[in-house]
Amino acid sequence: MKPRVVLDVAPLPENSFGSRTLTWWGTIGFMCLEGMGFALAIGAYLYLRVLQPSWPMNIPPPDLLPGTIVTVILLISVIPNYFLEHWARAYDMAKVRIGLVLMTLLGIAPVIVRTFEFPALRERWDTDAYGSITWFLLGLHTTHLITDLGDTAVLTVLMFTRHGENPRRFSDTSDNAFYWYFVVLTWLPIYFVLYWLPRIG
Amino acid sequence: MSAAAEPLRDTDLGESELEARVRSLWRTPRGVIGWLSSVDHKQIALRYIVTAFFFMGLAGIGAVVMRLQLATPDAHVVNPDRYDQLFTMHGSTMMFLFAVPIMQAVGLYFVPLMIGTREVAFPRLNAFSYWNYLFGCLFLWFCFFSNNGPDVGWFSYTPLSLSQYNVGHRADFWAQMITYTEVAGLSVAVIMIVTVFKMRAPGMTLDRIPLFTWSSLVTAFMIVFAMPAVVVVSTMLILDRMVNTHFFDSSLGGDNLLFQHLFWFFGHPEVYFIFIPATGFVSSIIPTFARRPMFGHTAVVLSLVATAFMSFGLWVHHMFVTGLPRLGESFFTASSMAIAVPSGIQIFCWIATLWSGRPVFRTPLLFVLGFIFNFVIGGLTGVMVASVPLDTQVHDTYFVVAHFHYVLIGGSVFPLIAAVYYWFPKVTGRMLSETVGRWNFWIAFVGFNLAFFPMHILGLEGMPRRVYTYSAEMPWGTLNLLSTIGAIIFASSFLLLLWNIVRSLRRGEAAGPNPWDGDTLEWATSSPPPPQNFTRIPVVTSLTPLWEHRETLPAVAGLRVDRREVLVSTLTEAEPDIRESSPEPSIWPLFAAIATGCTFLGSIYTPWAIIYGALPVTITLIGWFWPKGTKEDES
Repeated sequence: MKPRVVLDVAPLPENSFGSRTLTWWGTIGFMCLEGMGFALAIGAYLYLRVLQPSWPMNIPPPDLLPGTIVTVILLISVIPNYFLEHWARAYDMAKVRIGLVLMTLLGIAPVIVRTFEFPALRERWDTDAYGSITWFLLGLHTTHLITDLGDTAVLTVLMFTRHGENPRRFSDTSDNAFYWYFVVLTWLPIYFVLYWLPRIG
Repeated sequence: MSAAAEPLRDTDLGESELEARVRSLWRTPRGVIGWLSSVDHKQIALRYIVTAFFFMGLAGIGAVVMRLQLATPDAHVVNPDRYDQLFTMHGSTMMFLFAVPIMQAVGLYFVPLMIGTREVAFPRLNAFSYWNYLFGCLFLWFCFFSNNGPDVGWFSYTPLSLSQYNVGHRADFWAQMITYTEVAGLSVAVIMIVTVFKMRAPGMTLDRIPLFTWSSLVTAFMIVFAMPAVVVVSTMLILDRMVNTHFFDSSLGGDNLLFQHLFWFFGHPEVYFIFIPATGFVSSIIPTFARRPMFGHTAVVLSLVATAFMSFGLWVHHMFVTGLPRLGESFFTASSMAIAVPSGIQIFCWIATLWSGRPVFRTPLLFVLGFIFNFVIGGLTGVMVASVPLDTQVHDTYFVVAHFHYVLIGGSVFPLIAAVYYWFPKVTGRMLSETVGRWNFWIAFVGFNLAFFPMHILGLEGMPRRVYTYSAEMPWGTLNLLSTIGAIIFASSFLLLLWNIVRSLRRGEAAGPNPWDGDTLEWATSSPPPPQNFTRIPVVTSLTPLWEHRETLPAVAGLRVDRREVLVSTLTEAEPDIRESSPEPSIWPLFAAIATGCTFLGSIYTPWAIIYGALPVTITLIGWFWPKGTKEDES
């Protein structure tokens, strides 16, 4: 069919940020499906908990310290993350580089502390259903921490190369920061379920 | 950050030069590497479709073998172990490897064409998803052919699927390959949502989105929220089997019903992943052949959305005999009956469209009419088994087998074959034979009903599911024989379809761009569509653009022609917003899928494979995302 031109899109921009872009929506899509995975895992935890007269089944609740340290680190990391997204939107390369290095370090820190969280659960995954579901929840979130850390580290390296000088990379940085909020946000209900729910009763 | 020189745009070129330039820009490179690197949504969708039909053929042969085994009492066509593998592979393949992927694949092919864009969002993720899906299919069927196929039913219930009752790796293959192929389904769902939300042609406001596109969008949302459940539960299953977790071990605090809840939280919406796109086919075909716009377009859209929401509140009706509390059962009975309402609204809208139109009874419409007849039967028995007393009586009998085959084949495969006849001319540029098509329809319709209607009676007579034989004293022989004859006739209808396709590919009548005088945008471009889909992105001014504009199509100018460029628009009003580059072909998604596949495969034998596999997966992903200096990457 013969086209008849009625609209000129040449003046439109070639790059943008946030909900105007495809990647932002793709990130939202993956957040929804991963968030659903977290919700179902928490649902499984609550389901198994209801079946037992005491929870944890034979041991005291997990040690609070490592999980709380991870929570504090994650909450603090939101501040530089906010600024990183802001600097990316301003195409400020120098600050973006600093921000990315900082966020890489703030990604490594909770992974290190996380290694102390597993023993703090006080039992192995193969002891009983309590051990299984707590390791599962913690493992699921750790996978997210590590994958996002990998993503941030690669992006950091990229921004120090010639490929960084590209508006699209700033948009990528902004989306990466956006995803970090998700990693932090999903941790909060897991932290509550793992550490406080057994104490509440 | 501004460009050094003004890039070349479509406004700088004449029409024929522009066509050649854009075609060469979007063309998949030649050669084996080029073929493996393709990111063209049409090529990838076709690969999905061919692969899905191939595995449907294998699972269909499996069904015929099962029917031969059941045709007479005390038969020995296959032994009980093989029979268990056959029904497990049949169900797993039809549900996970055929029905859901093919519905998504038809969307991957046609949605970008219908919404007037050149590519899907995230084309490399799309390629990655296909390779994952292909390897998952191959691994699972390799297990079967090496006599290691899963044998615990398509839902792999615990405790039967736990290590103490299922030694070896049969259930492990099921668990890991299901997770692996679902990665593909989830990726495609995200791709579909973003494509429909953000890549519609200017002017395609929400109320101008074609119904098939709506159905693909609604299905994608359902997949995003339901499919993680099967990933979670199959992961828990393999953990129980491999590293001795106790999610489903009741002696150490686990619970077998947890498996069923999680599985059916996915499994029931899954029926609608298959049915909703099929209603999209029907809603595309009926207006074309009734020669009028769809009656109750908005009601149909709202019905799709309502069905999607309600489908998440039905799962417990698969568990009525597990001894759940009565109050819960009553709720799920009510919701299971209530979901018939939005489906009923759609059926009335289709009938009203046909009633008030001037129907042209070509093969696609025949299959649609067959669908309405069969699906109504399946829907009615669905309302019956929603009732707890009736379900308790017929649970795990052939009545249920009859019900879900009427819903799944009647409700989805008939519309799918209708869609094959309807869109084959667009995909290949050639018409399928109408004469063979009519034979195809009647053989399928008669064969299907002969195969599955007797199963209702067998079920009511008490014949249980998943038995590999029955004794001659039971009064089931005649109906089983009839059912087997029907199954063979039904299978032969697929052979006829295959023959029609092969013959028409070589000698079919030339189709032209719009052989049925359809109203949606896929008919505006040539058949088969060029690599760029549209040389100029269309501008949409109505719900039925091709009936509105018979001579010329309003279009966009100003896109760059020195790189692959797509138009990103706003979510509700579809106003053009950004000109974004679209990734060029790449071999890395294939490498990433191989690395992921090897990791999944290794994890069946040792959990350490996840650790070892992380490195190649990371390397291939970096290779995928690292900019290569092309205009698409750098500009």
